[in-house]
Amino acid sequence: MTATQQLLGTDPGWIILVKGLIIFVICVVATLLCVWGERRIVAFMQMRVGPNRVGKFGLLQSLADGVKLALKEDLIPKTADRIVFVIAPIISATTCFMSFAVIPLTGTVQFFGHKTILQLTDLPVGVLYVLAVASVGVYGIVLAGWSSGSTYPLLGGLRSSAQVISYEVAMGLSLVAVFIYAGSMSTSDIVAAQNHWWFSVVLFPSFVIYAISMVGETNRAPFDLAEAEGELVGGFHTEYSSLKFALFFLAEYVNIVAVSSLATTLFMGGYHALPGLGFTETWLGGWFTMVWFLAKVVAFFFLFVWLRGTLPRMRYDQFMQFGWKVLIPISLVWIMVVSTLRVMSQRNVGRMATGGFTLGVVILIIAASSLLDSNKRRKAREDELGEQLPPSFPVPEIPAPRAEQLNG
Amino acid sequence: MNPYVPILVIGAIGFGFAAISVVAAAITGPKRYNRAKSDAYECGIEPSPQAAGGGRFPVKYFLTAMLFIVFDIEIVFLYPWAVTFDKLGLFGLVEMMIFILTVFIAYAYVWRRGGLEWD
Repeated sequence: MTATQQLLGTDPGWIILVKGLIIFVICVVATLLCVWGERRIVAFMQMRVGPNRVGKFGLLQSLADGVKLALKEDLIPKTADRIVFVIAPIISATTCFMSFAVIPLTGTVQFFGHKTILQLTDLPVGVLYVLAVASVGVYGIVLAGWSSGSTYPLLGGLRSSAQVISYEVAMGLSLVAVFIYAGSMSTSDIVAAQNHWWFSVVLFPSFVIYAISMVGETNRAPFDLAEAEGELVGGFHTEYSSLKFALFFLAEYVNIVAVSSLATTLFMGGYHALPGLGFTETWLGGWFTMVWFLAKVVAFFFLFVWLRGTLPRMRYDQFMQFGWKVLIPISLVWIMVVSTLRVMSQRNVGRMATGGFTLGVVILIIAASSLLDSNKRRKAREDELGEQLPPSFPVPEIPAPRAEQLNG
Repeated sequence: MNPYVPILVIGAIGFGFAAISVVAAAITGPKRYNRAKSDAYECGIEPSPQAAGGGRFPVKYFLTAMLFIVFDIEIVFLYPWAVTFDKLGLFGLVEMMIFILTVFIAYAYVWRRGGLEWD
């Protein structure tokens, strides 16, 4: 049992309740600010002004939108499955808060005269728990799309769920290297292991894969195919109105904050200060660490908005191919390389052998990528000529009645 | 205290908030019946009586889900290995290489047979 687990294990019940409420309030306020911030930042990127009327700088805009949504009629389409239709937004909104339970928001602080950490619980399988909760969140999307009994939500829900589970594989694989280096899956141990070097520096490829897959996982631009307005209206929540719609909206933004927090915890040193500013961590009795944590999360959120303001939406087949054919093999190869290097350094095999191995890997990667390139060019040429070569692998014959149908 | 209890606390808070919102929406919003409002939304044209494909999921998505399960199980095996990596040393590395390569063969097969294509 680690020190953090012992410290959190002594929390009395009321402190757990207060911490739960604080985390809940942080999530909701963060959502309101994120919606406003995104609209303002995107507006400035597009040389507009953005919402600036409600409250100072328009800060209360999202709150006003929420109130307005509450005063709208709550519709259920007659083709809908009424029970599942109501349960789906509840699943989405419940699970999005739950992933915050294992994220450490501060270092050790005084909490009403009680020494603790602003983290609800420290599980030995903390990160696995976050992934598990994210998977449950997919149910909200699938059920919402299916239960609407309408074409666009069904298609949007399917796209969305296929996308989330595809990118969850890449995300899960990108974390393996982190666990190898931290020797633990508990979030507090991982933060502690980044005392000297952040994992985003040591394990840069893992960080890049995680950063890409977190955008895919949260259905955000340029991967927001589930709500591609031109194709699918609003995606899985087309039929939702009033506060049920607001719950999906809330879940989307809380999920963005959650994956950003996880990125901060796993790759950016969590609540620790930037290198060289370690003395600030004792300010305000330790509470200043939360400023660092939130600053890093805001930086990730800005990245999300920046991507949305910059990149056009991808095509769905390209997007799925990118996940399955690029991210997953790269993560697997990276895991093998990084684990081999780690064993080499454990066994003191000398600089020459390590350098030789690294060089070999680089040459192999270049060879493989050039092979893929020439393959792609050959295929493009074939397409141009309009020649359809029969596949070289055996293909089962199509049954006769079906073949007739296909051939007219 | 059991470290899983706080998870129930935040889960209960989240669920309570969501449930109250759903109930409140029915009370705070107006109710003006109109036949068109309960139709499925299809951009203003006469809606089809049922969702596309009779509301069923195209089989393509099940393929993706099954591939997801294959890789998710691979991940489940990779995580404990990664956590105890330093203790297992060279033995663990070789074993896991063999395992990853085995799954890689299946992956290459799926790729070659077009299981990863979208049309």
